[in-house]
Amino acid sequence: MASLLELAFILVVVIDLFVLASSRMGAAIRVVAMQGVVLGALPLLLAPPGHPLGHYVLLAGGALAIKGVLIPWLMFRAIREASIRREMDPVVGFVPSMVLGGIGVALAFAFSGRLPLPEPAHPFLVPTALSTAWAGMLLVVSRRKAVNQVLGFLVLENGVFVFGLLLSGFMPMMVEAGVLLDLFAAVFVMGIVMFHINREFSSLDTEKLSALKD
Amino acid sequence: MYLFVIAAPLVAAAVAFAVGSNERRPLALLAGALAHGAGVAALFVAPAPDRPGAWLALDAMGAVILLTITLLSVAASVYAQGYLRRRADRDNRVFVGGLLVLLSAMTTVALSHHLGLSWVAIEITTLATAPLIYFNHNARSLEAAWKYLLICSLGIALALMGTFFLALSGAAPGGPRSLLVEDLVAAGPALSGPWVRAAFVFLLVGYGTKMGLAPLHSWKPDAYGEAPGLLGAILAGGVTNLAFLSIARVFQVARAAGEDAFARDALVYMGLLSIALAAVFMVRQRDFKRMLAYSSVEHMGILALGIGIGGGAAAGAFFHTVNNGLTKGVLFLSAANIHRAYGSKLTDEVRGAARRLPLSGPLFLAGFLAVTGSPPFAPFFSEFAILYGAIGAGKFVVGGLYLAFLAIIFVGMGATVLGIVQGDPGDAPSVPGTSDGWLSAGPPLVLLLLVLVLGLWLPDGLRDLFASAAALVGGTSWE
Repeated sequence: MASLLELAFILVVVIDLFVLASSRMGAAIRVVAMQGVVLGALPLLLAPPGHPLGHYVLLAGGALAIKGVLIPWLMFRAIREASIRREMDPVVGFVPSMVLGGIGVALAFAFSGRLPLPEPAHPFLVPTALSTAWAGMLLVVSRRKAVNQVLGFLVLENGVFVFGLLLSGFMPMMVEAGVLLDLFAAVFVMGIVMFHINREFSSLDTEKLSALKD
Repeated sequence: MYLFVIAAPLVAAAVAFAVGSNERRPLALLAGALAHGAGVAALFVAPAPDRPGAWLALDAMGAVILLTITLLSVAASVYAQGYLRRRADRDNRVFVGGLLVLLSAMTTVALSHHLGLSWVAIEITTLATAPLIYFNHNARSLEAAWKYLLICSLGIALALMGTFFLALSGAAPGGPRSLLVEDLVAAGPALSGPWVRAAFVFLLVGYGTKMGLAPLHSWKPDAYGEAPGLLGAILAGGVTNLAFLSIARVFQVARAAGEDAFARDALVYMGLLSIALAAVFMVRQRDFKRMLAYSSVEHMGILALGIGIGGGAAAGAFFHTVNNGLTKGVLFLSAANIHRAYGSKLTDEVRGAARRLPLSGPLFLAGFLAVTGSPPFAPFFSEFAILYGAIGAGKFVVGGLYLAFLAIIFVGMGATVLGIVQGDPGDAPSVPGTSDGWLSAGPPLVLLLLVLVLGLWLPDGLRDLFASAAALVGGTSWE
């Protein structure tokens, strides 16, 4: 069980770096979907033995359905509608953004041991959460295509989700469900806005959104 | 009753989505806002008994904000009757339904004492607002909606991280293990200091984005510039006040945990930065709706400053949430009337509004005088209470800077507003059939009268309400 858990955390971090380095959107969406599936498995792997599993099963199922299936499906639809394949000209290049992401991972793993956790947790949990959130932020600010910005938002939320697993012992179910549903609704609304951007500008390039300034 | 004020707008939203007629649908908005208003009035007359551990409760801070939201949404829904009739070309299903969902989510934030529930509801306000900004369905409003959605979603993701940090601060064995504000405050010093500090930073950045504090305000000029005026009024007077309320609740916890010196400094710096930045961008601003957005950045800065200074300034800040909210209603609604009458919101093309629109023009001018703190309007007294608090606390530099920035803003905003209101409309562009009517000029007029009355005569009940709201964040009354 323990080694499986470590493998899951490492997979999440590797996917962060892969997404930062990839210019192909189809591949990026696919691995983020995979990250969602791994995230769905995490609550079950982390569930303390002897506890009633119901809460964890629901959390896992919700994460799997929303992060692993529904949102990636929406994103695939979006790139098909807009017929875009790859990010051409990111604000920060693919290699530099991957290097920045790698630095984030290294710092997170080096320093999170010093954070005073009130309860012992798996040593990889906090650094995985922080480096995933950092990778998501990087993606949002460094990409020009709207689809990739939404993907970055999703990776950021994945990082927050991993961090939230520290608290699943006492977070009320309703709040967790609300967070997951809000995330889904956010991506859904973003998808609708993207649809309109595509129709208005015949492109999903947010460079075109630059009429408003002082 | 709590459930009623949250559910009534939702029921009206369901009706609005179901109704097929574009002409009748705005009535659902009016009905929802009035039902909500009646429910809030009932809550004020006969407060519901407090149940310990309940997620929904009406404390003094929530009551102050809820009062503003209710007044604004009734005014905006009356205004919408005329506005949407003029805009019969547009399908208003999403607009009316979205506004009602927004009202319900805003009420939830005002009543929620559970930080997780607050987060969920604040995120819903973001999602409900984005389609409303895009009401005009043109490239500019699309850009504004996208920026709003993306920037606020990023902020809100950081706020979620901060909420988790706060939960973690009380997760030690024997800790509160809860996200209820009361539990966290009661645990106070038992919370883990470093996590509380980290949580405060993340939540200040997250909800600060929603509130529009500099340097996180970049969505604001775009969104307020492109959104319909009545939405601008609700955003600037309602949603931003709620983000302020959420920050105040987190501050309550930070103070109980003994981290208030750090939190106060952060609030004072961000407040002053917001006021300074607004002063820079307000001078020579050519677009008067964007100017109002910077005015909103300024006043959010004033609120953060008031809480950060504490003492009597905190009560001043809560008084100011009402004053700023209502005055923003006056400004956005009258600005929308001027925008419509000229078909432009640029100062080069708009002049002589007082002659062409004998109600909206003077209302815009009076709103400007009120919002920049001219007596006898109420914002003068709340801004003065904050200044007085700063000097009383020995923060002379903070008080001096605050006064200097306000003076620059008065001059900068005054130049733009006078250019619009004064003069001869002459050959300025005009749109036929856009003269002042009671539905378009009545709501801002009523709001302005309220701002005036609050300045001339503040009921004792309200004064006590502001004092007890301030007491929750460690402040006092301003006398």
